[in-house]
Amino acid sequence: MTDATLASGLRRQPLALRFPSVLVFLAALGLFTIAVTILSDGLGLGVISTSFIKTLGKTLCLCLVALAMDLVWGYCGILSLGHMAFFGLGGYAIGMWLMYARTELIVIESLKAAPLPATPQEISDGIAGQIFGVVGASEFPPIWAFAHSLPLQLAAVVLVPGLLALVFGWLAFRSRVTGVYLSILTQAMTLALSLHLFQNDSGLRGNNGLSGLQNLPGLDDFPQSTVSLWFFWASAIALGLGYIICAWIVSGKFGSVIRAIRDDETRVRFLGYPVEGFKLFIFTLTAVLAGIAGALYYPQAGIINPAEMAPIASIYLAVWVAIGGRGRLYGAVIGAAFVSLLSTWFTGGQAPNINLGFYTIQWVDWWIVLLGFSFVAITLFAPKGIGGLVDIFIDRKSPNRFGADLGPDPGALREQEAEK
Amino acid sequence: MTTLLEVSGVSVSFDGFKAINNLSFQIAEKELRAVIGPNGAGKTTFMDIITGKTRPEEGRVIYGDRAISLLHMSESSIAQAGVGRKFQKPTVFEDQSVADNLLLALKKNRGPFSVLLFKASRDDQTRIEELASEIGLESALRRKAGELSHGQKQWLEIGMLLAQEPKLLLVDEPAAGMTPAEREHTTDILREAAKTRAVVVVEHDMEFVRRLDCRVSVLHEGSVLAEGSIDHVTQNQKVIEVYLGR
Ligand SMILES: Nc1ncnc2c1ncn2[C@@H]1O[C@H](COP(=O)(O)OP(=O)(O)OP(=O)(O)O)[C@@H](O)[C@H]1O
Ligand SMILES: [Mg+2]
Repeated sequence: MTDATLASGLRRQPLALRFPSVLVFLAALGLFTIAVTILSDGLGLGVISTSFIKTLGKTLCLCLVALAMDLVWGYCGILSLGHMAFFGLGGYAIGMWLMYARTELIVIESLKAAPLPATPQEISDGIAGQIFGVVGASEFPPIWAFAHSLPLQLAAVVLVPGLLALVFGWLAFRSRVTGVYLSILTQAMTLALSLHLFQNDSGLRGNNGLSGLQNLPGLDDFPQSTVSLWFFWASAIALGLGYIICAWIVSGKFGSVIRAIRDDETRVRFLGYPVEGFKLFIFTLTAVLAGIAGALYYPQAGIINPAEMAPIASIYLAVWVAIGGRGRLYGAVIGAAFVSLLSTWFTGGQAPNINLGFYTIQWVDWWIVLLGFSFVAITLFAPKGIGGLVDIFIDRKSPNRFGADLGPDPGALREQEAEK
Repeated sequence: MTTLLEVSGVSVSFDGFKAINNLSFQIAEKELRAVIGPNGAGKTTFMDIITGKTRPEEGRVIYGDRAISLLHMSESSIAQAGVGRKFQKPTVFEDQSVADNLLLALKKNRGPFSVLLFKASRDDQTRIEELASEIGLESALRRKAGELSHGQKQWLEIGMLLAQEPKLLLVDEPAAGMTPAEREHTTDILREAAKTRAVVVVEHDMEFVRRLDCRVSVLHEGSVLAEGSIDHVTQNQKVIEVYLGR
């Protein structure tokens, strides 16, 4: 028997062959990036406006966090409703540096006019006054200790969501909290975090959040049309790398174990696998991916505030993945891109309102109802989501009969049927 | 022969109902043992205790040549210590191929990081093919386990147990839903397996037990009612009363 006749976990082939969607995806992403660049305002023909470049770049970040959600939910069966909190934490971590460094430049500039050269203390007080004036404080809270350093804040993008997920996951998985209880627990974590950030003394400017993040400190010479492209490219690269990492994980034996955990956790334990360790690994890894996605998203959004981390955001994330088709990586990407772009269109007031005579459907208000209905409909009638269309397209019908015999005699497999 | 597993004075109750009542049981390193008993006798619960799924209120469970207690170990570390288990209803991973199912069970380091970096070697592939032909699924390696018939799933699960290379094999009603020919093959596999390890088989079908040709323990209301050869226990008056006579 040759390699080719064996199953995925056994084949020793390059990732691209084991997981063909990687090549297709990377090619599509690459073409998309090139096309957008050519059509952009900053470097190309000027067909696509800078603000739309930002929307596209943000969408790529949402695709990345959806990928993380698919890994943790679609593959490992943990319905986390807290991954947008990790996303937000990544955004705050990078936002702190952006805001600090930019304010520092402004303060230094303004102090130049003074007769005596400014002392470091004066500069620091100036920055603190500028940043925290809105919440009536004038000193740096302890969590800003590293805000002056880009490398340290970049490390925080990875470490803060990662450590939170590690501690939370360890506590939750160790006490065998599963299913809907775990989902509720992650919602509680998200709610607690966003309520904490809403407070003025949280050290992160309360409900004002962090703003002006679209301005890169010291790079004022570059127009937003150029900066937006940098972030667009960075988001595309991050998404591509994220896809490769996720594909590598799910195509190997690790993927086999987490899918087994999703389907029958107890059985996996009796095979000798420390289930909690696997869950913790995936939960933490996906939290880190979410943090990175957030760190790329918010400089494009320009502002982050605690409302972004409200529990509902994480629920939307689950809805995207469900609509796109969970348990397949490209499904998550399609779902996030499709639904979030559609949502921008509807809520941005571009969708034509429908006049029914007695009532006018304003899409700004009714979009969420439409989304809710689509979610219910997809869950009930097309559980494979949009990604399921690919199965029809490539004619890969797997006879998934969950145990029912395939043939007339018990155990007789009808060849054609099983092969399809 | 040395003892592999010693269960002594174990009791478990569910909401006041004593499912296992002061049960004692021993099995040697290379022994085949059948456990029979009426429905609700506590056979499955007995396996739950050994594999760490259920914690007994009292008693001891001592295992292996280093005489470790299994009572405070997690399910996964008990499995890693060499206790394999087959459940009453076949549980294979339906969404994955037969080969993947076998690969999951293959005796390897179970830690997340070594699994992440795992690559199947030639030997592993050969081993999986061997196992597959032993359980008659060599042509179904790439099929999803969900496509298999009930009997084939039972086989696959037995194959997965063999792949684990356990020192102690606990098998709960392996022959349920099998054709007579399949049953015969199952007895062969179990007897073969017991040459190199201890095997405990729970079964209702007396013909099947007779063919296993081994020592039999009769469980009733959570404790051992009788023990001995099949002829010995089937002539026991109490056994006839509670089990065979009905
Ligand atoms: N988790 C539980 N909670 C409450 N009662 C239980 C539990 N598990 C088992 N029991 C009870 O303990 C008794 C023994 O059950 P067990 O499943 O061990 O019997 P068994 O010998 O395997 O029976 P069968 O031949 O039907 O498989 C039964 O009366 C059962 O109802
Ligand atoms: Mg039972």
